[in-house]
Amino acid sequence: MSELIFEKHSFNPASWLPALDGSEKQYVSRIPQDRLRKKDADLPSVSELDVVRHFTVLSQKNFCTDGNFYPLGSCTMKYNPKALDAIAASTSYSQIHPYQDEADVQGAMKILYEMQVMLSEITGMDEFTLQPAAGAHGEFCGLLMAAAHHKARGDKRHKVLIPDSSHGTNPASAALCGYEVVTVASNAKGHVDLADLKSKLGPDVACLMMTNPNTLGLFEEDILEIAQAVHKAGSLLYYDGANMNALVGICRPGDMGFDIVHLNLHKTFAVPHGGGGPGSGPVGVKKELIPYLPAPRVLEKKESYTFEKDAPDSIGKLRSFYGNFGAIIRSYAYIKALGKDGLKGVSENAILNANYLKARLAPFFDVPHRGACMHEFVMSARKQKARGVKALDIAKRMLDFGVYAPTIYFPLIVEEAMMIEPTETESKETLDRFVAILTAIDKETSEDPQKVLDAPHTTPVARIDEVRAARHPDLRYRRPAEPSDGSAASFARTSEQPTRV
Amino acid sequence: MQYISNTAKDKADMLKVIGAPSFEALVANIPKRLREFALALPEGISELELDRELDETGHANRNFKYSVTYLGAGNYDHFVPAVVDRLSQRGEFITAYTPYQGEASQGTLQATYEYQSLICELTAMDYSNASMYDGASSLAEAALLAVRSTGKHRILMPATIHPEYRQVVGTYLSHIDVDIVDVAMKDGALDLEAFERALTTDTAAVIVQQPNFFGVLEDTKKIGELTHRAGALYIACVNPLSLGLIEPPGEYGADIAVGEGQPLGNPVSFGGPHFGFFTVKEPLLRKIPGRISGMTVDKNGKRAFVLTLQAREQHIRREKATSNICTNQALCALKGAIYLSLLGREGVKKLALLNLRNAHSAYDRLLKVKGVRPFSKSPFFNEFTVHIDRDPKKLRESLRKHGILGPLPLARFFPELSSAYLVAVTEKRTAGDLDRLVKAIEEAR
Repeated sequence: MSELIFEKHSFNPASWLPALDGSEKQYVSRIPQDRLRKKDADLPSVSELDVVRHFTVLSQKNFCTDGNFYPLGSCTMKYNPKALDAIAASTSYSQIHPYQDEADVQGAMKILYEMQVMLSEITGMDEFTLQPAAGAHGEFCGLLMAAAHHKARGDKRHKVLIPDSSHGTNPASAALCGYEVVTVASNAKGHVDLADLKSKLGPDVACLMMTNPNTLGLFEEDILEIAQAVHKAGSLLYYDGANMNALVGICRPGDMGFDIVHLNLHKTFAVPHGGGGPGSGPVGVKKELIPYLPAPRVLEKKESYTFEKDAPDSIGKLRSFYGNFGAIIRSYAYIKALGKDGLKGVSENAILNANYLKARLAPFFDVPHRGACMHEFVMSARKQKARGVKALDIAKRMLDFGVYAPTIYFPLIVEEAMMIEPTETESKETLDRFVAILTAIDKETSEDPQKVLDAPHTTPVARIDEVRAARHPDLRYRRPAEPSDGSAASFARTSEQPTRV
Repeated sequence: MQYISNTAKDKADMLKVIGAPSFEALVANIPKRLREFALALPEGISELELDRELDETGHANRNFKYSVTYLGAGNYDHFVPAVVDRLSQRGEFITAYTPYQGEASQGTLQATYEYQSLICELTAMDYSNASMYDGASSLAEAALLAVRSTGKHRILMPATIHPEYRQVVGTYLSHIDVDIVDVAMKDGALDLEAFERALTTDTAAVIVQQPNFFGVLEDTKKIGELTHRAGALYIACVNPLSLGLIEPPGEYGADIAVGEGQPLGNPVSFGGPHFGFFTVKEPLLRKIPGRISGMTVDKNGKRAFVLTLQAREQHIRREKATSNICTNQALCALKGAIYLSLLGREGVKKLALLNLRNAHSAYDRLLKVKGVRPFSKSPFFNEFTVHIDRDPKKLRESLRKHGILGPLPLARFFPELSSAYLVAVTEKRTAGDLDRLVKAIEEAR
């Protein structure tokens, strides 16, 4: 059984800290008794070696891009270059404080400023804020700016239009801003239904949020008409940049008519996923919206950089300080390293790899939308479901072959959906191996379905009882309450006995 | 630099299988007008050149390694032992995806469960989520939760809260019908009389920062009693490192406890990425934003961890979710968990005492310097405010000359406090560092 750090007991003197010399006692007496801690925090007491072993062993239970192919649609699990980690960790960039005098952090400010410029160029927008910490945070930022824009014009618009194929954060962000969410239908090809859109546009609509390519990996061919219709109705057009890996160097959301764009640096721009962050969600705007950008903006004045001091129309701040600098600098270095041609190569190869997989898998899995896809595509496990094996089971079986499962059951508009995004950093050999794995699993659905239904077999744990987790939530460790003399032996006596493995 | 492995032959082979004559055929459906642009960016460079260029740009930053810093105000120069980075930089942690597929993510999920447990122990609260973006946005989401769950429209936010945190709370609540009411300061702490007067029964929540922005330790117990008597929720925004010595929010009645996690094992890094922690008492569990890792079993009865209570989250509930948060700050929280494990039960007390001692002995020494006056008589932890009666420009130059960063001139946030400085003194500061600061102040004439 996997032991918690709390269930391990060895001596920990925390000798990595200098010793106390008794002089602290006089200062403790200056603090009123009722503000001092009475009961110790029941933290573990574990030696350094045991801490190292504990977390090392834990790490070995993870799949990760460094070790496994992750064709997760809409997540862009590309290679995270180690050069970027090294730069972000260097003393020059990690040992600086956000409140140092501007003169003392010109290097950091140069990076922020140039990043704003580079992202504007890549997306065809006029200016960027680097403050939001993630895509959802960027959406919130963008919608707040849209609200400020309409308010400044005396326009009362309380609705946001969102396609039914959208990522969950879109409606959640809109709700966070107090907007009413109205769903726009997708047509048979998975595109925004123009007729439905036009019927829902009106003087009460603040903006349309969408992505391009859409969540089926298909370019929204009517985008210019969509933009026109949205602007004619006085609304704004918001771009969810999660799928930007399809467009870099190929075309730009700004040119399509988007007014607000957010990017996910932990997707297209190679910042590692970290098991759930930190990411970064910069937001770009057209110049009419610049006054509303979160404060402070980074400005350039005569070859030096400064923070804007007065921004009366800014929406304010979304977080303390300036942004996830450690993530931003990684993407900055990535963009510099790739340069103009390298960036174009990202999308070209992402699109090529995705189409190749689609072509090779089409004989085995239902691909509802024929024709070229962009950087990702959706296939359906409908045929396999008819044999009693669902997308979920196939996803779990893939783990046995060392491949992380694609995104499943999203978007909601395709039955037994499996969304596959190989990214540009995978070799053809890896792609061919992936096809071999999927075709082998497909064969199992006919010849040995139980093997798939019982998967995974080789992971550290088998299928997890999620129902039990939700019904009987156990969300933190609690040591059983029994008096102890503080010794390790006493802890061992009172801690829970391991359950049978 | 390129991270592509497709050769010309690979590309040709793939196109053949696809049945397309060229790459352009795959994007032929994109309107021609959109293809006509030139990316005005320079050509790519090698890793060697990248390293050289970023190194040079970095020289324009004065960093803590070569200067002594007294800057705090939410981000502190604490010592991070080598183990934290060695473990957290492992590819298995850093390049892992969000743990939706539990069987492939037991490392991240168990580490998250342990993080949640550690934070709960430290804060004496009941439940924690897997992390938020930072302390300020965590506080803002706490305020939102309070307004939504009480249905009341008034929040008390004292002048002693970090000014940037106040701004963020204001931005998050900007479109909601809610009164954010200021409460005055007295002797560097919340003015309790003014507070009592402002505390009406239609107050959704009271926010307190401990220690507050000026470094002062508030009377959190008394504030809690008054808050609950008025039927409001008590939100405490705390420095987690102080909790080795200072009473934790769970013990003085906090309903929600949040704060900035940076002091726990994360480098300052020009303000981010760090993490915000978000904890609640039992009654508010179902309203908590963000991810939570729970312990369960697999189908063979073996202990396993999984993201749970997901019905609160955006990918299930969409516009009815408790928050829109998706990607959080998992790796930063992991650093926090490793750091807390290395500190352990005794270390967390030791560290707090080292900070207390260094800050107080520095305070005593500074007050002996001519021109340095107290700002308040209130108790403090590892950060304090003093008046330094020197020309700000001359002081700044003298500090620079002696290789010192900070202390923070409070005029930056409060123009009326033109001679006040916020001084953070952590376990890293030595007697020699303090000599330099004293000298710098003395010579600033």
